[in-house]
Amino acid sequence: MLEVDVEQQLGDFELKVAFRAEAPVVGLFGRSGAGKTSLVNALAGTARPRRGRIVVNGETLFDRDRGIDLPPERRRLGYVFQDALLFPHLKVEANLHYGYRRAGAATRVIEPDQVIDLLGLRALLERYPDRLSGGEKQRVAIGRALLAQPRLLLMDEPLASLDMQRRDEVLRYIELLRDSLHIPIVYVSHSVAEITRLADSIVLLAEGRIVAVGDVDEVMSRLDLRPLTGRYEAGAVIDSTVVAHDPHYGLTTLAFDGGELSVPSVEALVGERVRVRIRARDVSLALSRPEGISIVNVLPSTVAKVADDASPIVDVQLLVGSVPLLARITRRSVVELGLAEGLPVYALIKAVSFDRRSVGYA
Amino acid sequence: MLSDDELGIIALSLKVALTSVAFSLPLAIAVAYLLARREFPGKTLLDAVVHLPLVLPPVVVGFALLVLFGRQGWIGARLADWFGIVVAFRWTGAALAAAIMGFPLMVRAIRLSFAAIDRRLETVGRTLGGSRAWVFLSITLPLGLPGIISGVVLAFARSLGEFGATITFVSNIPGETQTLPLAIYSLTQTPNGDAQALRLSIVAVVLSIVALVAAQWLARHPRFGGAERARG
Repeated sequence: MLEVDVEQQLGDFELKVAFRAEAPVVGLFGRSGAGKTSLVNALAGTARPRRGRIVVNGETLFDRDRGIDLPPERRRLGYVFQDALLFPHLKVEANLHYGYRRAGAATRVIEPDQVIDLLGLRALLERYPDRLSGGEKQRVAIGRALLAQPRLLLMDEPLASLDMQRRDEVLRYIELLRDSLHIPIVYVSHSVAEITRLADSIVLLAEGRIVAVGDVDEVMSRLDLRPLTGRYEAGAVIDSTVVAHDPHYGLTTLAFDGGELSVPSVEALVGERVRVRIRARDVSLALSRPEGISIVNVLPSTVAKVADDASPIVDVQLLVGSVPLLARITRRSVVELGLAEGLPVYALIKAVSFDRRSVGYA
Repeated sequence: MLSDDELGIIALSLKVALTSVAFSLPLAIAVAYLLARREFPGKTLLDAVVHLPLVLPPVVVGFALLVLFGRQGWIGARLADWFGIVVAFRWTGAALAAAIMGFPLMVRAIRLSFAAIDRRLETVGRTLGGSRAWVFLSITLPLGLPGIISGVVLAFARSLGEFGATITFVSNIPGETQTLPLAIYSLTQTPNGDAQALRLSIVAVVLSIVALVAAQWLARHPRFGGAERARG
C-alpha cells in the first residue's frame, strides 16, 4: 500500500528513509525531531525530497528520476494535522464539503451523510469552528479529510493538542472509521499507547533514519529498541477475543493464544476482537502458581530473554504460549528467582491495571 | 444647500477616488500576496518601490507622472499613439495620481492581513484537492477581507484628499481635474472665498467620516469581516 524511499536535506537535518508497509494502519513512531513530520510533508507533497520515490496503492506520487511530482491537490492524501486547522470563515458543513466538492464524481465513494453519522457531526453542521470544542474540531477535520476521497489518510499527531478525555473520544472515532471505511491510515505519533492501540504495523524513526519496520507487537516488545520506544511506557500488546462478560463483578474475559485475561468491563460484544496493552511494570513473576492471592490473572509462561543491562530495574521478555509479554522487575528479583532463558514462570497481572486507554478495538 | 458647482466638484472627487481604488485594488492584492507569501529576487526592491509614494514629496510624484505620462512622456506618448488614451490634464490623470499615492496604504493593509493567515490553512486546502488559484480565492482572499476593506477605505480617503501630485500632474482645471482639495485651495486664494472654502471643507470632513464608519461597519459585518465571527 505504501512504498517510500526518500532523501531530503532540511538544514542540518537529513531525512533518509526507505520502507514498505502493507497494513490497514501503519504507525509512524519516533521522538519529536525524529523526522516524522518531514516524512509526512514529503508524502503529502508539501515538501520536495532531493531524491527518491513515493508510491501509494500502486500509484506513483513522486519519482525524482522519472520527473514525477504530483502537486498536493492531485495526490489525494487526506492530511489531518495536530491542530484541526478548520477554515474559520466557513461553517462546519462547508468545511466538510470543501474537499468533497473538489473530488471528481467518479472518485466519490464516501458520502457526507455517512461521515456525518460516523463521526457524530450532525448537530454541529451549522456552527462556525470557533464554537466547537477541541475534540469536535478534530472530528470535523477528520471528516473533511475523508470526504476529499483520499487514497490514504495521513494523521500527524491528531490527538496531541487535546486533553486526555478528548483524546479518548477522538481515538474511538478513529477506531470506528478504521473498521468501517477501509481507508489505509498512516498514523504519526510519539505516544506508544496510541500507536499500539491503533496500528497494525509500525515504522520506527530516529534521527531521520528508519530503525525498525514490522508488526507492532514485535517491534514494541524488542528489548534492543527500548531506548527509542521508551522505558516508562514499555509493554506488550495482545490481540484477543471477548469470550464472556461478568456483569455481577463488572469484568470481561478475553481469550488469546496464551490463555485468558480478566479485565474491567470492555464495551464490546462477545466474539469481537479487542487489543490490550499490558505495561511491563504491571506484570509480576512467580516461580510457582501462587495461592491465596488477589491477583486475578495468572498466566503460565516461559522466560524468553532477560535484558542484560546493569540497572537495578530489568525488563524480562516472556512468552505466554506464542505471545510475547514484558515484565519489569528488580535485578534483585532476577537473581533471587534465578531467572534465565527457558525457565517456566507465572506472569501475574492485576485486573485493575487495565484502564480504558489500554483496551481498544482490534 | 450646495450649489451645482459644488455638487459637481464633489461628484468629480468621488469619481476620481472610486476609479483610482477600483483600478489599483487588483494590483494591490497581487503585490500584497507576493510580498506576504513568496520569496523572489528583487522582493526588497519591489517593497521599496511600492512604499516610495509614502515618503516622497507628492510634488515629486506628480512631476514624475508628468514626465512619464505627459503627452510627450515616455509612456504617455505611446498610450496616446496606440490606444488613443490621454491622461495628462484629464480626470483620468487625477485618478492615476490618486491611485499611486494611495497604493502603499492599500498594499500595507492587505499584506498584513495576508501575513496573519496561518499558511497551513492554505496547505490544508491544497491537500483537500484545491489548486493554488482556488485555494487563494476560497481561503486566502476571504480570510484577508478585513485587511482588504481597510486598505480600500484608507486608499479611498487618501484619494479624496490627494493634492500635491494631482495639481502638479493634471493642474487645477474646473470641471475636469479640480477635485475637492484643489477647489478648496483655489477658494482660499480668491477674495471672499473663505465661506465657500469652509463649506467644502465640511463636506470633506463628512465624506472621510462616512468612509471610516462604513469600514468599521463592514469589518464587523459577519459576511465580510472576521471580528464578529471571531467573537461568536
